[in-house]
Amino acid sequence: MEIAVFAVCAVIVIGGALGVIVARHPVYAALSLVATLFGVAVLFLTLDAPFLAAVQVIVYAGAIVVLFLFVIMLLGVDRAENLRTEPLGGQRPLAVGLGVATLVLALLFAIAVGTGGFGDGSVATGAPAAVAPERDSCTGLSKALEDSSPLVAACDGTEPISNIRQVARWVFTDYVWAFQLTGLLLTVAVVGAVVLARGRRGADGDDEAAGPAPDTAPEAV
Amino acid sequence: MVGTGWYLALAALVFALGAVGLLVRRNPLIMFMCVELMLNAVNLTFVAFGRDLADLGGQVSVFFVLVVAAAEVVVGLAIVVAIMRRRVGATADDVSVLRG
Repeated sequence: MEIAVFAVCAVIVIGGALGVIVARHPVYAALSLVATLFGVAVLFLTLDAPFLAAVQVIVYAGAIVVLFLFVIMLLGVDRAENLRTEPLGGQRPLAVGLGVATLVLALLFAIAVGTGGFGDGSVATGAPAAVAPERDSCTGLSKALEDSSPLVAACDGTEPISNIRQVARWVFTDYVWAFQLTGLLLTVAVVGAVVLARGRRGADGDDEAAGPAPDTAPEAV
Repeated sequence: MVGTGWYLALAALVFALGAVGLLVRRNPLIMFMCVELMLNAVNLTFVAFGRDLADLGGQVSVFFVLVVAAAEVVVGLAIVVAIMRRRVGATADDVSVLRG
């Protein structure tokens, strides 16, 4: 069952990635990206990460791709791009060669690390004993597919801890400073986006400089 | 149960596709989408290793990667909007300096 889910999702993910690369129209590329993101979200479900699957759909497909589409429509660049011309000579074979080299290296790494992992999903390396009890193996899609139990079913007599609660415990205890820093990062990003997208003179005079007019005025702060 | 190696192989393939697209395409928006592809491939690797090692730190790392990716897209698209406002239809070749 999980093999079938993985195969279908892998086809969707690879097809979406190819669509992003070869699409001549930016809107089609964005929609292919949505397909890839949904495939990765389902793969997260099969990897016992239901919280990340939900966040993937909400944040990536719901916010980031919509932002992409919004910018595409706002800028009016939603016209097809001529992929035949090649401005730099020999760039494409070089890029494909580099991509193949990256793929080969990563596959070698995957084979080297995941020895035995290609078969029945056996754990390749020993689990750290300190974090092993924290893991909640009785939630997630794989367990739910096996015995069709609800996600909160207790597995071995202990009190079931959901994946969301566990992630929250990690984020708000061990990684609380990183969490605070991401809040700061998001604030800086929002302020920077507003400053960048507002234009040079503010709201009233942002369209007067249509042509290339370098060195007209310093940034009005 | 699918082995971890298959997830790593799929992530490697998606990462390579994203890298090729980033090098080949000239539209800055599609280059951003290829960066998102590469980030997703790495996220998949994180979660696969997290399951393999029975460590929740992989999922927490993906959480932070998601936040940083969202911030990166916001700032990057604002820069693209600011550039496209001056030069309509600019590609990555036309914008070799970030000076106005």
